[in-house]
Amino acid sequence: MVNCFHCGDACLDVEIQHAEKSFCCHGCKTVFDILHDNDLSYYYDLEKTPGISPKEIAGKYDFLDNAAIVDKLLEFNDGNIGIVSFTIPAIHCSSCIWILENLNKLNPSVKSSQVNFPEKSVRITFSSEENSLKNLVLLLSRIGYEPYISLEDSERKEKSINRSLIYKLGIAGFAFGNIMFLSFPEYFEHSEFWLDQFKPFFRWLMFAFSLPVVFYSGSGYFTSAYKGLRSKILNIDVPIALGIAVLFIRSTIDIMMDLGTGFFDSLSGLVFFLLLGKFFQQKTYSYLSFERDYKSYFPIAVTRLFKNAEGKTIEEQAEVYNVKKGDRLLIRNNEILSVDAILIKGNALIDYSFVTGEAEPISKISGDKLFAGGKQQAGILEVEVLKPVAQSYLTQLWSNDVFSKDKTGAFENITDAISKRFTIVLLSIAFVATIFWLVVDPSIAFNVFTSVLIVACPCAIALAAPFTLGNVLRIFGREKLYLKEASVIEQMAKLDTVVFDKTGTLTTNQKNMITYEGIALSAEENKLLTSTLRASGHPLSRSLYSMLEKNDIQTLDDFEEEVGKGMSATFNQNSIKVGSFDFVGANSEATFELKNRTTVHISTNKIYKGCYIFNSEYRNGVAEIFEQLGSDKEVIVLSGDNEGERERLETLLPKGTKLYFNQKPDDKLNFIKTLQQKGKKVLMIGDGLNDAGALKQSDVGFVVSENTNVFSPACDGILDAAQFKKIGDYLNFSKSGVRIIKWAFLLSLFYNLIGLSFAVTGHLKPVVAAILMPLSSISIVVFTTIATQYIGKKLRMDINKQR
Amino acid sequence: MNIIYMLLAISVFVALIFFVLFIFSVKKGQYDDTYTPSVRMLFEDELVKEKDKNQRKTSKEEITNPHK
Repeated sequence: MVNCFHCGDACLDVEIQHAEKSFCCHGCKTVFDILHDNDLSYYYDLEKTPGISPKEIAGKYDFLDNAAIVDKLLEFNDGNIGIVSFTIPAIHCSSCIWILENLNKLNPSVKSSQVNFPEKSVRITFSSEENSLKNLVLLLSRIGYEPYISLEDSERKEKSINRSLIYKLGIAGFAFGNIMFLSFPEYFEHSEFWLDQFKPFFRWLMFAFSLPVVFYSGSGYFTSAYKGLRSKILNIDVPIALGIAVLFIRSTIDIMMDLGTGFFDSLSGLVFFLLLGKFFQQKTYSYLSFERDYKSYFPIAVTRLFKNAEGKTIEEQAEVYNVKKGDRLLIRNNEILSVDAILIKGNALIDYSFVTGEAEPISKISGDKLFAGGKQQAGILEVEVLKPVAQSYLTQLWSNDVFSKDKTGAFENITDAISKRFTIVLLSIAFVATIFWLVVDPSIAFNVFTSVLIVACPCAIALAAPFTLGNVLRIFGREKLYLKEASVIEQMAKLDTVVFDKTGTLTTNQKNMITYEGIALSAEENKLLTSTLRASGHPLSRSLYSMLEKNDIQTLDDFEEEVGKGMSATFNQNSIKVGSFDFVGANSEATFELKNRTTVHISTNKIYKGCYIFNSEYRNGVAEIFEQLGSDKEVIVLSGDNEGERERLETLLPKGTKLYFNQKPDDKLNFIKTLQQKGKKVLMIGDGLNDAGALKQSDVGFVVSENTNVFSPACDGILDAAQFKKIGDYLNFSKSGVRIIKWAFLLSLFYNLIGLSFAVTGHLKPVVAAILMPLSSISIVVFTTIATQYIGKKLRMDINKQR
Repeated sequence: MNIIYMLLAISVFVALIFFVLFIFSVKKGQYDDTYTPSVRMLFEDELVKEKDKNQRKTSKEEITNPHK
């Protein structure tokens, strides 16, 4: 088998020899020529077979002639220089970076281009005088890097990256380091002449450094504590804010009254460690998006047809939002339908895999209703709009309230749960100790009160969850479960119900199980069948062809394909018909009908033979997953399909698994809602846009994705399909993670007890606080890291064992 | 010993310079993409070599505007 020099794919049907190299298609060869002729063949030296074969794009980007649309896509344009950012899903290696950053060699109007590899995007500055955006897109497409332009791009908001956490962390770290050095001398020397001389200066310098720490870096804790108190919740930020405030006020009073050095080092260290925890908890997968809706699937513009005064039909590129009911649209091959429409002209073969995950396209004839989200696969269509984009069957789902709610923060996290009790106990200790000292020795009562609040500041508790969850998040990432944020892990540990979508989730859309029913075909007939299938471009023919044995491919005497029906061919006086039952078996007596199944029927020499049935293939280990999850959770299958697969599912899955069919997108959402109202914690596992509502409504929504580069609907996590059967292990792993957090709480409480024993007896010196606070924080970080790595290793071993 | 005021002033000043540089580099987005530059820096040498033999076989017009 020869592999293509450009893209590395096996050269299956054709092999093009060119410049002593083999290519799998003309597209690949053309890209090679373009690069070679422009002295860009270094592209092939950087990585082996880095290329992507370019796709057919004729007419696809005509909408870029529309100035209004171009305007929306450009980040900047003054008529002279234009800047644009494209997402290019094909970016995958260093050759890609190199070629895209050397675009100006292919087109001198490109001034500069910069790739952001993790985001798979490129930012191009070009001379908009010399070149148009359309030409730029065509250039990229021609070398295999077709940009992904969707409806979402048209309403791009100003990208504002929130970097405030980094600033806050930087300031706290800066101040922490400086204050530590300034406070050191006093810890080591007690009464030394020069030291006493400069003491006030050092102290006020520390005070100055601590100001930005308290009022900028720590500001988030004050606002969060205030918000918490207002809604009557004692979250973890309440004792933290209290601690910061007391530390600052007490230290300021200390240096003003010349009572001591104050706790500025502990103060800045505390804020620094807390922010570090927050920072660590963030782990973003910049090339994945967890916020997508239908807008990232739909095209930005459509071709509208209308008749002018003379009765001539004119094509016009219109923005999707401007399309109204009754408009005539032209849908090209591989274009996604963005509206609900009636088919007027052409043969529709609609692939709804974006919407439902169903891999097999559906044929439609004129007069049929087409739903938004489908992708046309067989030539050009003319349709009339029934419902514009915002009101279509699919997009209506997004008008549900659930999409305007923010899921995070809606639940009480584990840290806040413990902080409630902690804060109450802390405050009572502080008051009891103060009252005690007010009686015994009023002079140190204030000292004790503040000391308790300082030393008990739950820095270590606040760090336990971020560091554990941050580590768990990274381990999941390594195992190809990409979570949106750390809080999802806590939710995962609480789940008691798992709902699966069927098509595309339990089944795979990569391969089909094809079975034959009917009279066995002779060797001669088989040859004829494969030769016929080879000539057809229909997706069903392709998948059937790839499954059948290929021997003796003949050149057919006659071949005819009727789109949407089937094809007929002859060879050596033998004739064959392949296609739908009506097409094939019209003149036979057989009344063969399989409801709700995808079938390809065959007749030879006008005698009906039988049919190939396409069964969707279930993923490996579906039964085991249900077994494993079923042991402590309720497992439900929720399918948008008809009941055609019910029997198969019932035999495949453990008895008692609930199966629901014919569920519309809204039904799915409401189904989850009803479960939640019964107090269930629901995990929804889906894949298509029709699951988007259910994914959003559920406590945790995962999307199973064959290829993580492909866009998935809004969710809490994206699971690589290859890891599908490990879901049970992952859920258990999240539970172990939460257990570690609880152990870390115990450990930090132990430190608090030590600190409190100093504080209530009035012995808390700044140096003790300065040692105790970082020590407790660091040991929590070390403990959680070691513990999570340990259970992570165990998870990996379990997974390897299963293989 | 009063020199310590001066020394402290200098040291804090130097520290501040680095700190301000850090803030600016974050603001400019230097840390937004930490992967691509690491690959990009490996290209540099090859690029110079490419520029030396700057001969083109096909006209640029053809690639920029194939419809003509």
